[in-house]
Amino acid sequence: MTRDRAIEVRDLHKAYGPVEAVRGISFGVDRGEVYGLLGPNGAGKTTTVEILEGYRERTGGTVSVLGFDPEERPRALRERVGIVLQQTGIYRHIAVREALVHFAAMYPRPRDPDELIALVGLEGKEDARAKTLSGGQLRRLDLALALVGDPELVFLDEPTTGFDPAARRTAWETVRSLRALGKTVLLTTHYLEEAQALADRVAIVKGGRIVVEGAPRDLGVGASTRVRVTYRNALGEQVEHITDDPTRLLHELTAEAIERGEALDDLAVNRPTLEEVYLELTADA
Amino acid sequence: MPEDTSATSQVALAWRQYRLERRLFWRNPSAAFFNLGVPLLFFALFGAIFAGDQDALNILVPGIAGMSIVSTTFTALAHNMVALREQGVLKRIRGTPLPGGTYLAGLALHAITNTVVQIAIVLVIGRLVFDVDGLRDPTALVVFVVVGVVCFASLGVAFSHLIPSSDAAPAYVNAVFLPLIFVSGVFYDPAKAPGFLVDIAEILPLVHLVEGLRGAMVTGAGVADEAGSLAVLAVWTAFGVVFAVRGFSWEARRA
Repeated sequence: MTRDRAIEVRDLHKAYGPVEAVRGISFGVDRGEVYGLLGPNGAGKTTTVEILEGYRERTGGTVSVLGFDPEERPRALRERVGIVLQQTGIYRHIAVREALVHFAAMYPRPRDPDELIALVGLEGKEDARAKTLSGGQLRRLDLALALVGDPELVFLDEPTTGFDPAARRTAWETVRSLRALGKTVLLTTHYLEEAQALADRVAIVKGGRIVVEGAPRDLGVGASTRVRVTYRNALGEQVEHITDDPTRLLHELTAEAIERGEALDDLAVNRPTLEEVYLELTADA
Repeated sequence: MPEDTSATSQVALAWRQYRLERRLFWRNPSAAFFNLGVPLLFFALFGAIFAGDQDALNILVPGIAGMSIVSTTFTALAHNMVALREQGVLKRIRGTPLPGGTYLAGLALHAITNTVVQIAIVLVIGRLVFDVDGLRDPTALVVFVVVGVVCFASLGVAFSHLIPSSDAAPAYVNAVFLPLIFVSGVFYDPAKAPGFLVDIAEILPLVHLVEGLRGAMVTGAGVADEAGSLAVLAVWTAFGVVFAVRGFSWEARRA
């Protein structure tokens, strides 16, 4: 187990009764890295993250978070971790600043509540009660509460679900600022563009397993050796070939065309985009 | 910087939690009414009905004291635990360094404050308006209030595990609370009730709490005289604590 890794997961398994939610997930997150777990709902992302956060007990495998086993829930670990849960939870009658001041007192080296209010863009809402906040504002309060202990590692479980595009961009800036501060971030999302915009590395999760892992750029063009060749034949029909060996395929196609005295109209050679990889990998059946 | 997990810092954190619970309690008037207002409303209504009948008032004052303990602990905690679970507050707290015991200490202190305030009000009204001494045996009063708080608080937490959602909580709680106060001799001398009701009441804890309080407030019977009642309360407390702990969940059940 590498000491300077913030998170190390080996062959993680989790079953709820007969249902296996996580079926052998392994990955590591370096310190200072933003790592994304990307996948459709029910893929096992939240179960994995909640095991790392210490909320759930694993059925099998080994897990290390900042050098601790989260299942033992050591206080020293909880002081260094910030958590944004998938669903917000806060007292309905508490005010924004009051909540931050209250939770700050639980940590040995808290951040200044007013600074956090500014960071997440809740200025002017300091005295507003939680029950009067919009969904997006509550989510921002959530993020501020996760950062109040000045954590080394931040878990963000679908932090922007339900955001409008502008609010999403703002949240992304906040995550980027966390990376700039050297924080480690483990992010789950079912938005491909979010993983692409934020994560240094992405694991695509499906059916309780990681189906592919790598930098977003590599997942699209590098990790897949397959290439798509398209052209319009003599009858004007669109033809598509998927191949692992584009050199040979192109040689054969062009040779045949020249022999017949035809042209390959609109000939194009494409690598699949991350979106195509994602859709293909997460498609049902 | 060394980790500050000293006892004093835990007391300070519990105190912070307690102060937050107090502030939030008063911001939610319906909860404040259910906890504090309902027993006082019943006290006023039955006090008016029984006015002049000292025997009935001698039953009513300790009865309302017992009802107050149930409503500030059992009723309040059953509602609160369901709401805190459903709102995700418990789950959030669990993700912070705040130890669970420290958090629960703050919550418990909050419930106890309501109980103490309520008992004080009942004692004052009982003495000034209904001519009931109230402090015949102060030691027995303290013992039965403390045992009653622990017993009904643990039963409230245990019962909250059976309640599926906040929407359903008032129905679940009242289905227990209302029959309990009517069979347990809060408003009338239980000896005058039909035999089968007396038998049912004797199995339940409230009649024994009221019995102990009546000794402390009216007849002067001390702790030793009410040992049987204490024993029944102790059994219910053990039952409540076991199920409060065993069924405990930091989050709402998944639908």
